[in-house]
Amino acid sequence: MQMNQEFKPTIVAFCCNWCSYAGADLSGTNRLQYPANVKIIRIPCSCRLNPMFILRAFQRGADGVILCGCHPGDCHYTTGNYYARRRMTLLFSLLDYMGIERQRTRVEWVSAAEGAKFAATMNDFVDTITKLGPNRRLEDLRCKSE
Amino acid sequence: MQRIGVFVCWCGSNIAATVDVVQVAQALAKEPGVVFATDYQYMCSQAGQDLIGAAIKEHGLTGVVICSCSPRMHETTFRKTCQKAGLNPYMVEIANIREHCSWIHKDKPTATEKAVILGRAAIAKVHLNAPLTAGTSPVTKRALVIGGGIAGIQTALDIADAGFPVDIVEKKPTIGGKMTQIDKTFPTLDCAACILTPKMVDVSQNEKIDIISYAQVEKVQGFVGNFSVTIRKKARYVDESKCTGCGLCTEKCPQKKVPNEFNLGLDTRRAIYIPFAQAVPKVATIDPDYCSMLKSGKCGVCAKVCAAGAIDYKQQDELITREYGAIVVATGFEPIGMDKFDEFAYAQSPDVVTSLELERLMNAAGPTGGTLLRPSDGTHPHTLVFVQCVGSRCDGGEKGKPYCSKICCMYTAKHAMLIRDKYPDTEVYVFYIDVRTPGKNFDEFYRRAVEEYGVHYIKGMVGKVTPQDGKLKVQASDLLGGRQLHIDADMVVLAAAIEPDKSARPLATMLTASMDTNDFFTEAHPKLRPVESPTAGIFLSGACQGPKDIPETVAQAGAAASKVIGLLSKDALTCNPCTAQPDELKCNGCSSCENVCPYGAISYIDKPFRGPNRTTLIRRVAQVNPAVCQGCGACTVACPSGAMDLQGFSNKQIMAEVDAICR
Amino acid sequence: MSQWTDTIRQISGVDPRKCMKCGKCTATCPAYDHMEYHPHQFVDMVTTGRVEELMASKGIYTCLTCFACVERCPRSVEPAAIIEAVRLAVIRQQGGNHMTPDQIPGLLDEELPQQAITSALRKYSKGG
Repeated sequence: MQMNQEFKPTIVAFCCNWCSYAGADLSGTNRLQYPANVKIIRIPCSCRLNPMFILRAFQRGADGVILCGCHPGDCHYTTGNYYARRRMTLLFSLLDYMGIERQRTRVEWVSAAEGAKFAATMNDFVDTITKLGPNRRLEDLRCKSE
Repeated sequence: MQRIGVFVCWCGSNIAATVDVVQVAQALAKEPGVVFATDYQYMCSQAGQDLIGAAIKEHGLTGVVICSCSPRMHETTFRKTCQKAGLNPYMVEIANIREHCSWIHKDKPTATEKAVILGRAAIAKVHLNAPLTAGTSPVTKRALVIGGGIAGIQTALDIADAGFPVDIVEKKPTIGGKMTQIDKTFPTLDCAACILTPKMVDVSQNEKIDIISYAQVEKVQGFVGNFSVTIRKKARYVDESKCTGCGLCTEKCPQKKVPNEFNLGLDTRRAIYIPFAQAVPKVATIDPDYCSMLKSGKCGVCAKVCAAGAIDYKQQDELITREYGAIVVATGFEPIGMDKFDEFAYAQSPDVVTSLELERLMNAAGPTGGTLLRPSDGTHPHTLVFVQCVGSRCDGGEKGKPYCSKICCMYTAKHAMLIRDKYPDTEVYVFYIDVRTPGKNFDEFYRRAVEEYGVHYIKGMVGKVTPQDGKLKVQASDLLGGRQLHIDADMVVLAAAIEPDKSARPLATMLTASMDTNDFFTEAHPKLRPVESPTAGIFLSGACQGPKDIPETVAQAGAAASKVIGLLSKDALTCNPCTAQPDELKCNGCSSCENVCPYGAISYIDKPFRGPNRTTLIRRVAQVNPAVCQGCGACTVACPSGAMDLQGFSNKQIMAEVDAICR
Repeated sequence: MSQWTDTIRQISGVDPRKCMKCGKCTATCPAYDHMEYHPHQFVDMVTTGRVEELMASKGIYTCLTCFACVERCPRSVEPAAIIEAVRLAVIRQQGGNHMTPDQIPGLLDEELPQQAITSALRKYSKGG
């Protein structure tokens, strides 16, 4: 498994502005380490995440995508994370049907106070994806610039 | 094509120590559309902001990317900078290379590489940014204060003083809160009631303040400047407008065995009661759990004796809906339950009391009339043991709270001092882990307890309390003396940790205001915005935000009031321009977006469109009210035809970021 | 820092740095009078690397293993687990069990509480 040792997965994390992005900030403020593979994209609410974005990330070569939002009941916009939860459930069963490993996508609820949870979640997710290996099925090689 | 400027901040060494800022600026300079890239020590400083302004003018920048700290910190700062330089503030994007990069990575090449990628994503997004103009929404000039303790009282008085109407919602039958139960206050030892009750009277007499007592917030809708709140006013079975507070009913009621919560169950009250003599509003309340008329329809004594005819057994809960511009949370604290600390024999012996119970036992209006007597046999105690940090500073989890409750060191010193002062024949022991007295005249106060009043302060902890032969056998450690102590005490007083009021959690959910893991409300910024919740229009006052003593609570209450006044004195608020925007040509009028919108911001209009052969087609299309839309984006995903998009976070922008990261 | 500090931390699974030196363990300890070092000192000695002194002390065998200190500790430091680890370190160093399960039947006595035998086995054998 020499290839796996060198494998540095690309991971896209979508974080809602009010809870999870602040949680990620807190894990920074507390200097809690997690791998540099994780790149965070700020969205106003987890319900802003169009499933299309996840497919796009996989198409462009992401190896894992994670969505973080406020805990159920704590959404800044009252109900946004409930919409997100339903949409993601649907998308995940589609991905499953298509033969994409279930572990490549994840939804986590991280509040603004849970810096430690954010870092722990990212460490665990990067571990999982590293073990899974690169995403080959959905990657569109035509998109590669080189 | 945009002309983009990239500004990489060192943040002193916060970023520069782990990210090669020069290399980041050089790498980003090669990105398409970037015409200027530089780095600077502190971008947020005046010099840094001037540098950005100058570059915008000199290079004719149409977009700006700032690689710095979290946008939650300085996005507004940099937007203002660019606006001053003539650029639309929404043409700015922040790449968070501090909290999300330099602070969490140790390896410089890795962190630098990541910073470049984050910068690229921001550049990709700016390419698609469009200038946005913020609209305005009106402000309802009325404030709601939730909680009527000293925090809520002070906030309400200050807001009313500025001329704005305020409502106080209090869940108990009277305002006043915990401070009404306290005997004397540290470090001045002035009587709590003497300084609080005049304020309560001020509240009741202030024409701008409406007290809604025995009530709870049931529902909160709307947003900053335009909240609509439903309040449930519980039935007190007494007509508030008729009751004169004479108290005759509370003397004649035959149900005498109701535990008196005001005295923490140390004595009893009647089923119809006024919590204490200075209650505001001074109106009787019937406790439906104990009233035999309400339970079985037999009795009616209170109605017979009431000369004002105020008793109304058929009263129902009442729902009040009112509009507010700002909401202040002042829900306060509760001491934690002692049932988990069996070692102190709290449940076994009535002579083991909490500090708040001791306040009542020493209060002239308390069950003993201010004479300190043992609850078990009514005798005078000679040896008292105080235990500090009961449930505070624990490892979290089951055992207790991880934080320091802050007020216990001082009130314990106060209790010890008062007891030694009034009863010089007593021996008072205080077991402490650390004595924490940061505050004006606080340490002097504690030293006086030791030096002038001869209170025995012992560094150590009580391990076990055993009731035996009418005494309390206390086994404790004296760490500095290197011995284990065995004291025969008459009373043990536990300095119970404090926790947020139980009503705070459901309230936070209603307000969508965030809380920490201990259920204290979080502030928008721990240092710079300590009285505001991250949710716009919600303000924090008192111990709901963290443990506080009275002076701190009053200071914070005033600060919250000034923030509210600042908000209410505006005639209109600038809205967030990042709102949803439908493409009318794509919209098929299906109502999917309207159904998911939590704010009711989407409506439909019939609009004429030009059809083929010079015909006019009337089509039903979505329309977003930008003053109401809060920009969550739920509708953008629900739209089956992809007509709805969110300004500032458009599909194209987010996908450009995804592409840049995965490149 | 003594070479033993890490060993004790490994065996016990306890982080002695979590101790806030409140002394509740020592206040709770029923065997206080019979020990030369006391529960809060166990923790401190491990933190400061004075494990050898602790290993040489007879007090570590006086600990009743009643776990009152573990139960009461507000910071989950578990002084009793530390002392058990110290005893274990001594026994491992000496390379043999001082008590084996087959000795138990011989020790049984009407007067002796069974808990004493259990805790004796904990103290004098490598298991644990």
